This record gives sequence, C-alpha cells and structure tokens, in this order.
Amino acid sequence: MESKVGRQLPDDIMNELGFKPFETTDFGNPVIQRKAPKVRASTGQGKVVNSLEDVVKKTVRDGMTISFHHHFRGGDYVFNKVMRVIIDAGYRDLTLAPSSLTGVMNDTVVEAIEKGVVTNITSSGMRGSLGDAVSHGLLKNPVIFRSHGGRARAIEDGDINIDVAFLGVPNSDVMGNANGMEGKSAFGSLGYALVDAAYADTVVLVTDDIQPYPNTPASIKQTQVDYVVKVDEVGDPDKIGSGATRFTKDPKELKIAKSVNDVIVNSPYFKDGFSFQTGSGGAALAVTRFLRQSMLDNDIKASFALGGITKPTVDLLEEGLVGKIMDVQDFDKGAASSMRLNKNQQEIDASWYADPANKGAMVDQLDVAILSALEIDTDFNVNVMTGSDGVIRGAVGGHQDAATAKLTIISAPLVRGRIATVVPKVTTVVTPGDSVDVLVTEVGIAINPKRTDLIEALSNIPGLPVYTIQELQERAEKVLGTPEPLKFTDRTVALVEYRDGTIIDQIREVED
Amino acid sequence: MDITHTATAGTLESSDIQVTLAPGGDGIDINLTSDVIKQFGDQIKASITQVLNNYGITSAKVKAVDKGALDIVIKARTVAAVQRALDIVDQPKWEVL
Repeated sequence: MESKVGRQLPDDIMNELGFKPFETTDFGNPVIQRKAPKVRASTGQGKVVNSLEDVVKKTVRDGMTISFHHHFRGGDYVFNKVMRVIIDAGYRDLTLAPSSLTGVMNDTVVEAIEKGVVTNITSSGMRGSLGDAVSHGLLKNPVIFRSHGGRARAIEDGDINIDVAFLGVPNSDVMGNANGMEGKSAFGSLGYALVDAAYADTVVLVTDDIQPYPNTPASIKQTQVDYVVKVDEVGDPDKIGSGATRFTKDPKELKIAKSVNDVIVNSPYFKDGFSFQTGSGGAALAVTRFLRQSMLDNDIKASFALGGITKPTVDLLEEGLVGKIMDVQDFDKGAASSMRLNKNQQEIDASWYADPANKGAMVDQLDVAILSALEIDTDFNVNVMTGSDGVIRGAVGGHQDAATAKLTIISAPLVRGRIATVVPKVTTVVTPGDSVDVLVTEVGIAINPKRTDLIEALSNIPGLPVYTIQELQERAEKVLGTPEPLKFTDRTVALVEYRDGTIIDQIREVED
Repeated sequence: MDITHTATAGTLESSDIQVTLAPGGDGIDINLTSDVIKQFGDQIKASITQVLNNYGITSAKVKAVDKGALDIVIKARTVAAVQRALDIVDQPKWEVL
C-alpha cells in the first residue's frame, strides 16, 4: 500500500499492526472514545519507596509498556538509573514509550535491545549510536515515530497503553504533588510528562528533592501518582538546557533569518494579536530578534508564542511584545527558570499543545510556525528524521503539529557542505507538503503553488527573490552534482506516523 | 610521468578536501575518507583520477580526506598536490587547468 505522499508501505507490517496509510492533513471531526487508566485506590499511605529496585519490582512485569519524558534533555539521570535496574533484573520484551530519546540514553537503549529487555520502541526520535544501530537492523520490530501531538493522541486513544510511567521531577512531596520549575534540576514545563501522568496505569515519580506537603504549584497531582522514589540526583543542571543562548554570527543563518522575518512581516498574518512558534536552532533564535524589531517598528504585539521556548521568547514576554507564552517544553535555562516568575508563561501539556484528536489544540490557533528541515523536496514534503546517509538521526518533535499553522515556514540552507537540502524526493517524509507554505533559503524563497494568496503577497519584495522550488532544487544540484541514490534493504526498521495515527512513510534498513 | 616524492594540498576544513600523493603502486590507488562517500564517493575518485591522468600520471598512492568539497575544489586541490609532487609549482600546466 501507499501513503498519499507516494510512499510505499509494507503491507504485512501495516496489516499486522492495524495501521492505515496517510491520506490527508485534515483530521475532520470524528467522535473518539478515549481510554481510561486503571486506578489503584489509595489514601496515600506507603507511596514513598526507598529504592528504584523496590519500585521496579513492585510495578514492572515482562511484556509491559514503560514510559519516560525527555525534559531533562542532555542532563537526564532518571532514564539510565531506572533502565539499569530493569536491565539488571533481567526483564524481557518491554515496550519503551518515552516522549523522546536523547543522546545520553543511547548506550542504555542499545544494551536493552541487545539483551532482549526492550523489543519495541515508540518515540519522537533518536540519534547517534542508537539511531545508527536501529537503522542497521538491531531492533526486530519497527520503531514507531510519533510527533508530540501524535503521541498524546496515541496515549489518549489507547494506541500506546502505558503500564508504568517513570517520571523524573526536580521536586515532589510524599504524595506526588510535583512541578518542573523548582529545585536544582528544574527544567520548566512538564508538558510531555503530563499526558503520561494522566493516562499511565501506574505512575512513579523519581525525585531528588522531597518538599513539605502539600507541594505547589502542582503540575502533576497526588491523585495521579502511585509511588514516589527519592534518588541522589535526577539530573545534571548544567546539561538540562543549553546555558546562555548563543546568537548566531553565521552570515548564511542571519540571511535566512532576515528573509524569514521579511516573509512574516509581509504576510497577511502579521497584525496585532498574531501568534507564532519558533524552534531552537541558530536561525530560529535570530528570527526572534528580527521579529522583535519588526514588532516594535510596526507597533504590533503577539497574542501568544507557542511550543518549545527559549530565553529570547521570554524576553519578548517581559518586554510586553508577547501576551502569553504557551510552554510545552523549555530549551534553555532562561526559559526554564522564568516559568515560576512569569504568570503569563503558561505550562501546557502535549495534548493541549498539539493533539488533533481534541476539542481544539493550540496549534490549530497558530498563525506562524518557523520550522527546520534536513531535506525538503519539490512537493514541499519535509524530512527531519533521516540524515543524508539514510540513517536515523532526528525527531519528529512538534514538526507535523506546528506545520498546521496558517503560515508554515521552513527555514533551511539550500546546501549543507556537498549535501543538498532541497531535493527531488526526500529520504523520509515526516511532514507532508500540503501543510508547508514557504521555504526560505539563503538564495531566495519558494512558495507552495497552492498558496496563490501568499505568492501574491510575497512577490516583489526587495531583497526577497521568489523561485519555484524546482528552480531551487536544480540550482543546488547544479552546484553539487547528482548524488548516487542511497541503498536500503527491503527490511522496515521504522514507521513514521502522521499526527492523526496514519502512517506517512517507512524507514528501511541501510545497506553499507 | 612518475611522482618522486610525497606532496599534500588542501585542509581538513569543512567544504575542503586534503589530497596527499605518494609514489608507488600499480596504477592509481585512492584511499578516500568522506562523509558523503555513499553519495559522491565514485565521483570524487573519478575527479582525482581525471586530474592525475591529465598530468600523465598512471601510478600513485592517493590519500584523500574529503570534508564535503565541491567538484571544482577537489580538482583544484588535486592539481596543487600534483604540481607539488612533481616539483613544478612554478610551471603551471595551463592546458590541464
């Protein structure tokens, strides 16, 4: 079978797992029966457990689905500590369902796969040695990659049935009232973990800081929590988020950022009360700075900024240029530590953020999204998952979700070294071209031909040449040469889910 | 024409290629390291071989460390390495360039 973006999908696996191929970006208005978690009633006696060994023994059984969040990012200790206990105890056939997998978890996951402890994985992404191992066929069953909104949907609908969620928190009381914004390992928003706390059958909080009862503000509530475990340290504060945000000096990134700003300012969406989401890359941060100046110059204020938050966005909030920050995760310390100071920096869960199977998600209200790309093809399909060698080295993240914005801008260099970013066909389709509106490169922009309104609005802007995306692709190929096609085996190592639960593409095992 | 001694051109900076030529071997033996070897490995080797052939070099050991160089860069670095290896840096072969 084939998804609507023309990708062949493996019939046998699709049928076995009950997946349907991707059809449309329009979710429609289906009526959905959500799953409810099991609740073991308690007055709260005996929630505190002294060791991870004890809590794992109480909660985990062979074949279960266990989850983690990735808000500690590169400074996470919880995942490796819990998984060490699980691996050493010799559990089998677990499904790993974290919100994402960061580089510090790679060695542990590879070991767990090799020992048969983990036999299924669903995640937003994976990189480094783990992505390499999976792309070379280490895991027998295909990984299911889901967006942050898609994961929330899958958990609510029961596609992911979490038996035990191990959620690291920088503070908690003995009953399990906890937040992400206080304590020495604070990371800000608990956005992705809140879905796990609400839907997992068993919720285990792991913390290094027990606060007096009742601990407030409580993002995770005692009504949701089965066990609280105290460990020495939950994370490395220096590695949780990047420190001071670096403003790019790369002239190519600055040129792209300025052009992105030109696109926004000249679009019909740049008016008082508009909303936006930017990512965390160098160019995205530079866009925030250019956008600030344009907002000042034109006396325009944004109603909200959405998604993963960085310090420059918090600065806009504190300056009064942005009304609210709707914060599902924090990319740097400045954003993480400002959450408890700014009442207008609202923590939102992944479902509120981006779940399509909802009575309205924030991404549906979003005017402008600025997103990155490893590759974008002449149908505007975007790959943020596999590298130029075909190996898994990325994450869906909120890409598919934020791309539902009214103006979705992909900001990317035309070429990276000898690798073209604009290609005839992307290696892996993650975000369908239907939801992408404008590509901004250092040489010019390309507008999705379906957006005739934007073609009219954005043509004839000084310093902003408009090309067709085919012209940009040919220009890149002329400079770089035509690459040999990548070689893959017939084996499927991963499926990429669209946010509605259909499958948009597969990732096959690389052939070396 | 034979190479008499080892010579190098290029750097290990991004978008450059470092080409080292040494005497020896039967034919042209290219040891290529590149992040884009899957996509461009054969083309890089062909470009290096073409430059060597233009100089009439039929046997050499070549070590090439590519950092994503464009084809024109690969050819230019190979030309420079050849001119150094043949001690003709002050006599550019214009017909090759």
